[in-house]
Amino acid sequence: MHELAITQSMFDLVLRQAEKAEAKKVGKINLVIGEMTGIVGDCVQFYFDFLSKGTLAEGAVLSFVTIPPKARCRDCGKTFEIIEFDWACPYCQSNSMEIIAGKELFVESIEVE
Amino acid sequence: MEMKVLTIQEDILGANKEKARRNQEQLDKHGILTVNVMSSPGAGKTSLILQTINKLKGKTRIGVIEGDVTSSIDADKIHQQGVPVIQINIPGGCHLDANMIENALKNLPLEDIDLLLIENVGNLICPAEFALGEHKKVLISSIPEGDDKPFKYPLMFTEADVVLVNKIDLLPHLKFDTDAFSQAIKGINEKVEIFQISCTTSQGIEQWVSWLLTQMGGR
Repeated sequence: MHELAITQSMFDLVLRQAEKAEAKKVGKINLVIGEMTGIVGDCVQFYFDFLSKGTLAEGAVLSFVTIPPKARCRDCGKTFEIIEFDWACPYCQSNSMEIIAGKELFVESIEVE
Repeated sequence: MEMKVLTIQEDILGANKEKARRNQEQLDKHGILTVNVMSSPGAGKTSLILQTINKLKGKTRIGVIEGDVTSSIDADKIHQQGVPVIQINIPGGCHLDANMIENALKNLPLEDIDLLLIENVGNLICPAEFALGEHKKVLISSIPEGDDKPFKYPLMFTEADVVLVNKIDLLPHLKFDTDAFSQAIKGINEKVEIFQISCTTSQGIEQWVSWLLTQMGGR
């Protein structure tokens, strides 16, 4: 549900960077989104199309790289991907872990002309 | 015209984080401990704030910011206690952000507040993402919601400094494994403090308030 606020922040950031680079048009925006954020890409695109109307980012394609949650086991020290949010270490079955990936939310790059 | 790639690598929530940092600076200047209270709707955020006001009356000067989609029902309850309160209504919104708090702080008597309690919008998803400038995040999870919540809303549970298990008086009537619940949270959030409380019987409120007072020490 917070996609509108996220999209607004992302749009502001992209526009600021594009203007700084004196770009005429933004063609593509490459985003990195961790799965734990629960951000729905389709929603972001929908809001983006609405927000970007009449700006130099109008019509830009959003590309998403999604990062699955990863953890480091506090007992055996191994790192692993958390599959379907099953919170157990696949090597030693421990439930004690440090989450090391999956919360990302950033703009990696933009393609401009 | 040829396309060129600009590497950005910038946090989408960077602007909010920056504003939150400035809010915290302002709160620090006034020596105010600020707590962001989050939970699903009906878990007991307002009841907790009322209990906290009641316990600290005459000892600690409290201020409250109330976040709701609509209405001033909660703010009215706080106001009746003689505590300064700002209501933020966000029609169609699902969380508070640093900008809203910045505006609310302009309308609070910061000189007369030692502890600021911010009641976020009832929601276990969105508020986890938006820093407000708070020093501590408190998550209330209540017995009727079930003991599987840490697995369903992991981000919120990894972000919390304290989890309050509310409505503990209902434990005899409902199926809820408190040990499994605590273990699940500790598994993904090693530093978390967990207290069992009831805002109806006041069980555990003493512990919660003493935790708060410890955090306020030295401010």
